[in-house]
Amino acid sequence: MRIEVRSEKCVGCQVCIDSCPYTAIVMKDDKAFINEYCQFCRACVSVCPEGAIIEIAEEGDKVKPADISDYKGVWVFAEQRHGYIASVAFELLGVGRKLADARKTTLSAVLFGSSENEAKELVKWGADRVYFCGDAIFKDFNDEPCSELLSRLISEHKPEIVLAGATPIGRSFIPRVAAKLKTGLTADCTSLEIDAETGNLLQVRPAFGGNIMATILCPNNRPQIATVRPRVMKRGEYVSDRSGEIIKVESGNLLCRTKVVETVTEESSCKVNLQEAEVIVSGGRGLGDAKGFKLLEELAGLLDGTLGSSRAAVDEGWIAYSHQVGQTGKTVCPKIYIACGISGAVQHLVGMSSSDVIIAINKNQEAPIFNVATYGIVGDLYDVVPMMIKKLKEAKA
Amino acid sequence: MNIVVCIKQVPDTAEVRINPETNTLIREGVPSIINPYDTHAVEAALQIKDKTGAKVTVITMGPPQAEDALRETIAMGADDVRLISDRAFAGADTWATSYALYKAIDKIGFDIILCGKQAIDGDTAQVGPEVAEFLNIPHIAYVRKVEDVSDKSIRVQRLMDDGYDVVESSLPVLLTVVKEINIPRLPSLKGKMAAKKAVITKMDINAIGAEVENVGLKGSPTQVKNIFAPDAKVDRKVLSGTLEEQVDALVKELGVMKCV
Ligand SMILES: Cc1cc2nc3c(=O)[nH]c(=O)nc-3n(C[C@H](O)[C@H](O)[C@H](O)COP(=O)(O)OP(=O)(O)OC[C@H]3O[C@@H](n4cnc5c(N)ncnc54)[C@H](O)[C@@H]3O)c2cc1C
Ligand SMILES: Nc1ncnc2c1ncn2[C@@H]1O[C@H](COP(=O)(O)O)[C@@H](O)[C@H]1O
Repeated sequence: MRIEVRSEKCVGCQVCIDSCPYTAIVMKDDKAFINEYCQFCRACVSVCPEGAIIEIAEEGDKVKPADISDYKGVWVFAEQRHGYIASVAFELLGVGRKLADARKTTLSAVLFGSSENEAKELVKWGADRVYFCGDAIFKDFNDEPCSELLSRLISEHKPEIVLAGATPIGRSFIPRVAAKLKTGLTADCTSLEIDAETGNLLQVRPAFGGNIMATILCPNNRPQIATVRPRVMKRGEYVSDRSGEIIKVESGNLLCRTKVVETVTEESSCKVNLQEAEVIVSGGRGLGDAKGFKLLEELAGLLDGTLGSSRAAVDEGWIAYSHQVGQTGKTVCPKIYIACGISGAVQHLVGMSSSDVIIAINKNQEAPIFNVATYGIVGDLYDVVPMMIKKLKEAKA
Repeated sequence: MNIVVCIKQVPDTAEVRINPETNTLIREGVPSIINPYDTHAVEAALQIKDKTGAKVTVITMGPPQAEDALRETIAMGADDVRLISDRAFAGADTWATSYALYKAIDKIGFDIILCGKQAIDGDTAQVGPEVAEFLNIPHIAYVRKVEDVSDKSIRVQRLMDDGYDVVESSLPVLLTVVKEINIPRLPSLKGKMAAKKAVITKMDINAIGAEVENVGLKGSPTQVKNIFAPDAKVDRKVLSGTLEEQVDALVKELGVMKCV
């Protein structure tokens, strides 16, 4: 395929240039010209007001679809650490259930390591079936055995969709599975839906540092594999007497050329526990100095919440990185998110915009944070926050 | 010992802004930089070179302009560079990118391959592990420290959500590195001279011995259906009155939500 500008139709308005995320369009003799940076995303095709940009099919375009009709069922890789299933697995079962229902098929979970009791939890969270391998090789996380066994199971059972957490574990070994099986993998999806017409998985993810969203398809290969960040999807319903099938899997001989010699748990990241918090009070550069967080801490304390921050506040050295929310920090989804002195850059918003209620306190009424805020107060946080603290104390008394 | 470092030239996403009227990216004047994580990978390679005398080859797959990125790494101290460039590679997703890199690296020879944790344009973090799979070698992602390295093995710290793991691997191995691993050195004067003079070796699809149906758009299982601006879902509630009245109303709402 090629994307081409019909120069006789091009009026030189340059709308396409702004639309191109790859700076692949330049002006030549007052006409748009597409250069070798083009990634065929078609953004320009749809924005051109003159219809001057067209897609041209080329010899050999039609990739012969692999036989994808045998692939059925939705799978969730349930990662575990120190024997416990990570909470992202339950969230994946939530969205996996919806996808499986839309495709009128079954939902299975895959668990390597941990115990059969934990495997049963996956059934209660919505899995119809759990492929479970409790072998000792899975006690610590090593990429090779995980990718080899998961690839083998996928080849045997042919699921059409496989979901995993976009965690250090999922993001590390799932790409090997995609490479082995020659299929597509979409990282860090924020929304997953079935295209009613084609049955394909529509995978939405942020790109360019969160500045744009892209919908990704994997039309000709199976399974369609996606990773999802923790706290992006809602958990399904927990039904303690739901029944399902536990299928024990033999690991056989798995190659493993890496070895975990020590596992160190660091205190600080545990104490913060942003991803489990129901209330987060976050501060940004608007705090002005590190002492501002003392004030926020008092507010957070009254609401049984915890402290978050923007990257700017972390970069200033006012608070530890483990508190950072956003693209390069944590994704959070609390009931209440209070942003104090945070402008609301997209990189921050991608990490918190799915919070149930967002409260923004900022002295600049133009700050983009107000676009996502349920409640916005335009004012100096050093007036507003102490007032809130006082009133909350009164309400408690 | 041979070390291969994979780098990518990316738009500086910190400079990318969105045009609120057209909902499109404003890319005018946005500079191209070496993916920040990759400069840490280059530094990690150079530190191993300083210790063991290894040869460091830096490669990138990209359009001809990506040559500039390679020159920067020569200035830092890379021994050799390769530009993997061919019209046929355009439109590659991570599968097709990893395939092309694997073919090139296999031709160059390697004991250790270093990649950045992720590229800041796509943020996928997939290319490193996929290259390792194609080459049938182990990999360790999110490396924050190299504790020890010998001819046969390496020991590193791998960053995890709740701390870190100390992991050992036999060589050859591929590592992807996080920023905490080091502070990249500045180019030396001698390096800058070398960078200016260097002739950049290009490798096209034939030179790397890749099959045409596995590269570029054709070799890519995933397709971009469309791109759009992130939407702001809001169910906005208005607070009115003086600041004090607004705070009063808010605290009442908080009370309802939280049962203060
Ligand atoms: C690749 C990449 C990844 C990134 N990842 C992240 C990330 O994970 N998380 C993140 O947060 N950022 C991230 N950023 C940075 C992001 O672009 C912004 O720079 C950052 O979020 C800004 O932080 P801020 O809102 O605290 O600061 P600013 O943008 O400086 O905003 C400060 C705000 O405080 C207000 N203010 C000032 N004084 C007061 C006062 N007394 N009372 C009330 N309001 C006041 C101002 O009006 C202003 O709106 C990333 C950037 C890039 C390029
Ligand atoms: N086109 C490329 N050329 C060379 N290396 C690349 C390329 N794309 C990605 N990489 C490497 O793979 C890492 C992860 O990239 P990504 O999977 O795109 O997030 C980067 O930090 C680079 O080390």
